[in-house]
Amino acid sequence: MGARLWQMLIKEFIQVFRDKRTRFVLIVPPMVQMVIFGYAATYEIRHVPMAVLDLDNSQESRDLISRFQASPYFQIQARLSDRRQIAEVINRGDVVLALHIHPGFAKQLRQSQPASVGLAETIAQNALAQQQKGLGASVQVIVDGTNSNTALIALGYVNQIANGFAEDYQREAVQRLAPLLAAQVPRIELERRPWYNPDLHSRWFFIPGIIGSLTLIMVVVLTAFAIVREREIGTLEQIMVTPIRPVEFILGKTLPFFLIGLADVALVAVVGTLWFQIPFRGSIAVLLLGTVLFLLSMLGVGLFISTISATQQQAMVSAFFFNMPAITFSGFGYPISSMPEALQRLTYLDPLRYFLIVLRSVYLKGVGLEVLWPQLLAMAAIGVTLLTISVFRFHKSLD
Amino acid sequence: MSWHRLAAIARKEVIQIRRDRRSLIIVVLMPVMLMLLFGYGVSLDLKHTPTCVFDREGSQQSQDLLKRFQASEYFDVVARMDNYPALVEAIDSGQCKLGLVIPHDFSRRLATGGTVGVQALVDATDDNTANLIFSYTEAVIGAFSADVRLDWLRRLGRGGMQVPLTVEARVWFNEELESKAFIVPGVMVIVMAVIGAFLTSLTIAREWERGTMEQLVSTPVTPLEVMLGKLGPYFVIGLFDTALCAAVGIGWFQVPFRGHLSTLFVSSALFLVVTLGLGYFISVITKNQLAASQAALVATFLPAFMLSGFLFAIEQMPAPIRAITHVVPARYFVSLLKDVFLKGSPLPELTDQLWPLAVFALIMGTLATLSFKKRLT
Repeated sequence: MGARLWQMLIKEFIQVFRDKRTRFVLIVPPMVQMVIFGYAATYEIRHVPMAVLDLDNSQESRDLISRFQASPYFQIQARLSDRRQIAEVINRGDVVLALHIHPGFAKQLRQSQPASVGLAETIAQNALAQQQKGLGASVQVIVDGTNSNTALIALGYVNQIANGFAEDYQREAVQRLAPLLAAQVPRIELERRPWYNPDLHSRWFFIPGIIGSLTLIMVVVLTAFAIVREREIGTLEQIMVTPIRPVEFILGKTLPFFLIGLADVALVAVVGTLWFQIPFRGSIAVLLLGTVLFLLSMLGVGLFISTISATQQQAMVSAFFFNMPAITFSGFGYPISSMPEALQRLTYLDPLRYFLIVLRSVYLKGVGLEVLWPQLLAMAAIGVTLLTISVFRFHKSLD
Repeated sequence: MSWHRLAAIARKEVIQIRRDRRSLIIVVLMPVMLMLLFGYGVSLDLKHTPTCVFDREGSQQSQDLLKRFQASEYFDVVARMDNYPALVEAIDSGQCKLGLVIPHDFSRRLATGGTVGVQALVDATDDNTANLIFSYTEAVIGAFSADVRLDWLRRLGRGGMQVPLTVEARVWFNEELESKAFIVPGVMVIVMAVIGAFLTSLTIAREWERGTMEQLVSTPVTPLEVMLGKLGPYFVIGLFDTALCAAVGIGWFQVPFRGHLSTLFVSSALFLVVTLGLGYFISVITKNQLAASQAALVATFLPAFMLSGFLFAIEQMPAPIRAITHVVPARYFVSLLKDVFLKGSPLPELTDQLWPLAVFALIMGTLATLSFKKRLT
């Protein structure tokens, strides 16, 4: 068995690496993709282009605007003088957000606070007067919702800035009236502790995901093509008349792609770690174990596709039909917890789902087998099942 | 150019497509599948964040704060811890994404005045989710803080103080802020890339691999006829899928369509020419189906997915990558589709996106025509 398998392996490697273009395709695109997508894939929101329409032009309105100016999340690109211009700049896509300060902004602000310290009656009168006039000041914020995520996060930042402004304004009012009390104004501060990714880099989230997705795309397509190609150009029959046994044939066909897959993971993982400086906190052994189990299930998928495809075109279309849902449901770009219940259950069938958890946990959390064993077990189960079915089907398709 | 020969090539290609039933069905139904996939599977909206709390005080006031988290649809309080290591473990194991720690002197410090901190420990492996969690947590805590402040001022006899500033947010074009509204442009651009480049990238490579190229070369057919004949059927499939995408998006997902159908088809046709040309060009130069499909993947599908602005906002990318997106035709198509669907822009307003597409179509068409030589070496 050893000798025949060895010959088969040699033939496969020659076939893969003989063609200059295939060789190129195996090595260069994964790296280029890793680098480009590593930079492109980001949900971080910084320097959101915004426009300002200040119809009040007071000390207070300028103070509010300067807070937007100082924020890293916004970049003021246009100062408008007419409310019709808001529609113009947003329609053209020049800005994503517009801040509209109405005339009388400062006056309303002042009315929201008691004008003087005094008798309880005056305060009661003040309160009554305010209720009649409406509460405090308001500003209008117009957001382009075309990209809902950007809009949502940007609105969160707007509210933070507005709350900070309101709080400081109130504190200053107290300060003016009763300086001694100002320090005692109660305030609850949110202490943010983002774990595992303290600077909230999108890249740290995406690079492990890209490693997993690229591997999936490569291995499934390569495995499926390798067998179907022999069938399409008619060399499968030639192999079948040799004394090689089906097991040896399958091993000979899948082992090279297993090794290529392993090398690809290593390659993109090294690029990810060294180039993008993603911290690697876990153990290489756990990552290796996860990769091996993941590759097993991917080989199973590729083999399965090859048993149901007569031409490479069919193989490619089928592979695509598998890859798209596999990537979408893996949690690569969208949290699984945001999907509908039924879909969430479906994600348990997706090997990439488990591999991404392993990748991200090993990279960022640094946890080991004690936490990841359910993921590894699930991948092993899926891999063994898929491979068994595929090998069985493959036997049948040869007969 | 002979219409007769062109029609013959096209007929041969149609027969080949029809014979392969499964590919045909998949290709035709792909828009529906992708639409369902993205429509239901792609959402960044965050609700019911699994939350663990460690209330070190357990007073009336700390419970009041926690009740607000319980009442919010953004949080699900799944566990209450009584020590810090348990909280750490819950986050490590992924049991909860948010851990709230309320200090032991919470209400006392609020009563005597001054600032008190509430810790939010967030699993930030997914930075976007973490950002949203912080933003919602901030909103709950900010509101609570403002109420405590007003209470305090009232007790001091300075009633009448109000929250001085409120923000009225108006969202345009996608009022509900749903991810669904931009899936249609996203799906369309991917479908076009798949049909345009994936399938066509194999057409010429297949002839080389199967050895039928010699037969093709020996006929009197001209390169232009080969190209038009081979691409024609895919062009028709592409336009059909455009219609299907639009129908599912508008009919099933209720995505607003504010523009004009003719605008949609003109721009889709233009984009199809670009991807078909690119796919054909790849096919001619690779001569190998595996290499062709991988090249098509890298040249069309992945840029359409990652660099078109469908998934990731282009303005947030670093400058060199932003520069690269200018040569990604999908970028113009996505922005065009968003405008047609959500803003309802008519053709004349879309020249900024149309002319780059036209230039790409011209370049790709020329490249494709020139690349195919009737030679066997």
